[in-house]
Amino acid sequence: MGQVQALEGNQAVAEAMRQVNPDVMAAYPITPSTEVVQTFAQFVADGKVDTEFVTVESEHSAMSACISAALAGGRVMNATSSQGVALMWEMLYIAASLRSPITLAVVNRALSGNINIHCDHSDSMGARDCGWIQLFCEDAQEAYDTTFQAVRIGEALDVRLPVMVCYDGFLVSHSVEMVDVEEDGPVREWVGAYQAVRPFLDLEHPYTIGPLDLQDFYFEHKRGQVEAYGPAKQAIIEVGKSFEAAFGRPYGLMEPYQLDDAELCIVSLGSTAGTVKDVVDAGRAAGRKIGSLKLRAFRPFPHAELAAALGGCRAVAVLDRSISFGADAAPLFGEITSALYVHGAQVPVTGYVYGLGGREIRPEHIESVYDDLQDVAASGATSAEPRYLGLRE
Amino acid sequence: MMYKRGTPWRELAPGGIIPEAGTAEEYNAGSWRTFRPVRDDEKCIDCFFCWVYCPDNAIVPVDGHVEGSPYDLLHCKGCGLCAKVCPKDAITMVKETECED
Repeated sequence: MGQVQALEGNQAVAEAMRQVNPDVMAAYPITPSTEVVQTFAQFVADGKVDTEFVTVESEHSAMSACISAALAGGRVMNATSSQGVALMWEMLYIAASLRSPITLAVVNRALSGNINIHCDHSDSMGARDCGWIQLFCEDAQEAYDTTFQAVRIGEALDVRLPVMVCYDGFLVSHSVEMVDVEEDGPVREWVGAYQAVRPFLDLEHPYTIGPLDLQDFYFEHKRGQVEAYGPAKQAIIEVGKSFEAAFGRPYGLMEPYQLDDAELCIVSLGSTAGTVKDVVDAGRAAGRKIGSLKLRAFRPFPHAELAAALGGCRAVAVLDRSISFGADAAPLFGEITSALYVHGAQVPVTGYVYGLGGREIRPEHIESVYDDLQDVAASGATSAEPRYLGLRE
Repeated sequence: MMYKRGTPWRELAPGGIIPEAGTAEEYNAGSWRTFRPVRDDEKCIDCFFCWVYCPDNAIVPVDGHVEGSPYDLLHCKGCGLCAKVCPKDAITMVKETECED
């Protein structure tokens, strides 16, 4: 049996990494992810893991080292935030294109400028098209559990993709919560031994990786990469079920809450989903038919599943903790409306941008969204432009 | 094996790899060339400067001599470094359109 411990989100993730005992960690510190790397470095110094810890001079180098280590045949982990994700950007594409399984904790933080160390999702969203699997976590327990699952999902033989384990900076990373910490043996056994595919250090079977790839082949290679994301979606479901069978906590592509008969639903990512569910509980107690849909997998994006889950609602709100400048559709809103349109679901969807740079999101904000949705459901019409939640007008 | 031109996407290995090593040797980078180095073997003193500086290993000595050896035109991109470093000005860069083959 595991043990309940009071841990900050970052400590929980570092503990999961210790239990996985990866071959390589190459990381560069940046707030608010620093503590993951710092705690793990202590594990290395104390001899509690066998990991080769590579101290690098930047996140760009960190990701480069991770890719090399993964291709060489090792299990690799890393953590970063904000500008660190941004500095990794070109290597993130390469990691996914070369099909290198890497587990990267992305402790979500706003991007400069101006400089801000607090939570929003613009760092993950900036990397949404890089080809990484992106899983968003609500709390420290999910971040801990998802770290193990990310390893198995990314390393699945029909997937072989890097995975971002995203959780909210400070709100999750630095908040102490009760976390069910599993024993080393069972959880390590569940994760399993690393199975290298074409390890670069296998000198008996050399091959060419990352060659010049011009008009005659590049397009075919990109089309081939697309094939990985169907199995990736399946792996998220199956690994989640397997984790539940072993440790009792269920995971999947998304978490519907009071959604079956809900007329009004709010879709959100990360820690905000916790606040939404509290508001749902209060609303349900008052007889309101409201529900929540917390999305866990942003990449691959479960279009059909979301359309099925939301298609019966009378009005839906999508909360985005980032902006896509120049587009009225923030990232999550754009995906949700696209999913509903393509799958023929006729539901009015209202987009909200909130919480940028760590701006507080409070239950009364969420309540106001459900009130808005009541009006939208009554009139059947909504605004095309996003609304701003918690902004001084 | 090197993939043949026109191979459909389903037949390519994941990760954009080529399942064998050393494949650059088979890749014709010579088609990029605008100027071709032409050596006057009368002037060449076999100093190997061109061999040292060539970034594409396109100078392939025969029996230990650069003098008299052919260029590997499959890989020479026509950068002109060999002509620049030659102490005897034995190498001239000639426009491809003016070359006979």
